[in-house]
Amino acid sequence: MIEAVGLTKRYGAKTAVHNLTFQVRPGAVTGFLGPNGSGKSTTMRMILGLDVPSAGRVTIGGQPFHKLPNAPRQVGALLDAKAVHGGRSARMHLLSLAQLSGIPARRVDEVLGVVGLQDVARKRSKGFSLGMGQRLGIAAALLGDPQVLLFDEPVNGLDPEGILWVRNLMKGLAAEGRTVFVSSHLMSEMALTADHLIVIGRGQLMADMSVKDFISANSAGFARVRTPDGEVAAREKLTTALVEAGAQVLSEQDGALRVTGLALPRISDIAHDVDTRLWELSPHQASLEEAYMRMTQGAVDYRSTQDQRAGLQAPPAQHGWQQPAAAPQGWAEQAYPVLPGEQPNPYAQPVAAPQAPAPAAPAAPTTPRPPGPLRRARPPT
Amino acid sequence: MGSRLAEEGILTMAVAAQVLRSEWTKIKSVRSTVWTLGLALVVTVALGALISALAKKDFDRLDPQGKIEFDPTFVSFAGMGLGQLALIVFGVLVVSNEYSTGMIRTSLAAVPQRATFLFSKITIATLLAFTVGMITSFAAFFTGQAMLGIHRASLGDPGVLRAVIGGGLYMTLITVFSMGVATMLRSPMLALGILMPFFFLISAILGNVSATKKVGRYLPDQAGQKVMQVVTVGDDAPYGPWGGFAIMTLWVVAALIGGYAVLARRDA
Repeated sequence: MIEAVGLTKRYGAKTAVHNLTFQVRPGAVTGFLGPNGSGKSTTMRMILGLDVPSAGRVTIGGQPFHKLPNAPRQVGALLDAKAVHGGRSARMHLLSLAQLSGIPARRVDEVLGVVGLQDVARKRSKGFSLGMGQRLGIAAALLGDPQVLLFDEPVNGLDPEGILWVRNLMKGLAAEGRTVFVSSHLMSEMALTADHLIVIGRGQLMADMSVKDFISANSAGFARVRTPDGEVAAREKLTTALVEAGAQVLSEQDGALRVTGLALPRISDIAHDVDTRLWELSPHQASLEEAYMRMTQGAVDYRSTQDQRAGLQAPPAQHGWQQPAAAPQGWAEQAYPVLPGEQPNPYAQPVAAPQAPAPAAPAAPTTPRPPGPLRRARPPT
Repeated sequence: MGSRLAEEGILTMAVAAQVLRSEWTKIKSVRSTVWTLGLALVVTVALGALISALAKKDFDRLDPQGKIEFDPTFVSFAGMGLGQLALIVFGVLVVSNEYSTGMIRTSLAAVPQRATFLFSKITIATLLAFTVGMITSFAAFFTGQAMLGIHRASLGDPGVLRAVIGGGLYMTLITVFSMGVATMLRSPMLALGILMPFFFLISAILGNVSATKKVGRYLPDQAGQKVMQVVTVGDDAPYGPWGGFAIMTLWVVAALIGGYAVLARRDA
């Protein structure tokens, strides 16, 4: 069990981690999510006693790391797969770590087998690929057969088979009752691996909930509605009726409508009322990745801008369509829960207040792009 | 309370034993160890032999004062000024490799007792440097004396054995000093960039310009080399061989304290 209370780390004027309070429980894989630079690694270093918190504390099994008797037998960590002397063989690297913790040498060969590096054990790690380096780092974490395991971005650089292997390894370790804390910036990966999620952005807690709850709370549902092809009038009629009933309607590339804010039976009823046949009426879920991006979008430190290529190209022709002014309903109001005792997070404010749709122009001919999360309309400032 | 202290003492000893074994594995499993220590030995002995041979040829041309001041033991150590640079590289790499690779985080996560970690690490490297230093010193002495022919000194002469053992100790302390400085600076480039020119150039310049000579002779290498001299006629240094050695030891202790202070206080 890892427990952080009010954990804060400041480097000069920059606050890397702000007032983090969370628990990582045994018997489950806990995913630690956040964009690059959001404070994940700093938090992990503080858990391991490498960085001293500016405020707050973090304990493992009730004790700060440096007070743990024989820490490597209780806590294993992969912080940086490249943190290896390239001139040293994989086996010697692990052997030196084993000796550092009083672990017998035969354990080195065991973990080399577990991570599948036994054939290159005597090769200098300089020639290792990133994936092999990750495996070596994981082997080091497993050396002491610890009850608490921390992995910082363990799947970086791994091929699909390696990713599957890491995923199963984590789940297996958790199933044995261990505490497994895995950081990642890939929501899709964590959705498959983790049981519980802790999401941070700019060093602040944004979510602390089970993956299941996260999915149901964050993946806004929408309905895909398709009227018969070629019947533009019918589609416009239906769109107007749906908007009047309070729905948000977006046109998709293939001419279908993306409807949020109304239940499926209600859409069916409205279609019936306006005498429109439907070719499709299907429920959909926004992907978890979208939910995560939405949650952290205000907290991304490094954001790319549109490449204007000024002076390199002729100005693009004006398109006849416009971006939808507002995000679909259900996408923004409650991006994250405010936990008891937590300050509301300034970076996770509602993204865009749903604007009243202009009834005169129900945006029938619009062809909006798929909702790229970083490009969504933001509240006027 | 007393038993608690005893328990902690036993724990520290156990941890120290683990770090010593681990550091020995680390030090013997990288090539830079063999390269730097081997280079220190070869350069010191070969250059000492060469200069000894030249000194024998030139001896007859020395003025009477020069003949009195001629110190065959010290002449055979003439290669040490260059050979010590390899030891400095060894000392710096042992410590700063941990930082440049990031291994330091793994190491300190395994051994949160930073003092135990640092001093056990330095102990292993020091023992190795001591062994190589002593072998180098004796080898340089015997090769040099063989080259000097009739002008040679022998181990039984007064002060000679002390000077030869002192040569080994000097090389050891130079290594420890480098490790202390590297612990403070962390970056191998920075540590080497400061230590190499300092010992190769600056110290020698300060020691030979009359205006700075009085300061220069309190620098670690100049004070420490006093222990390798046998003939001290015409030398006005205000300290004897062991006095100079003690001055150098103070420098080393200061570097170690500084290194520990940085390691203990800063985030890894």
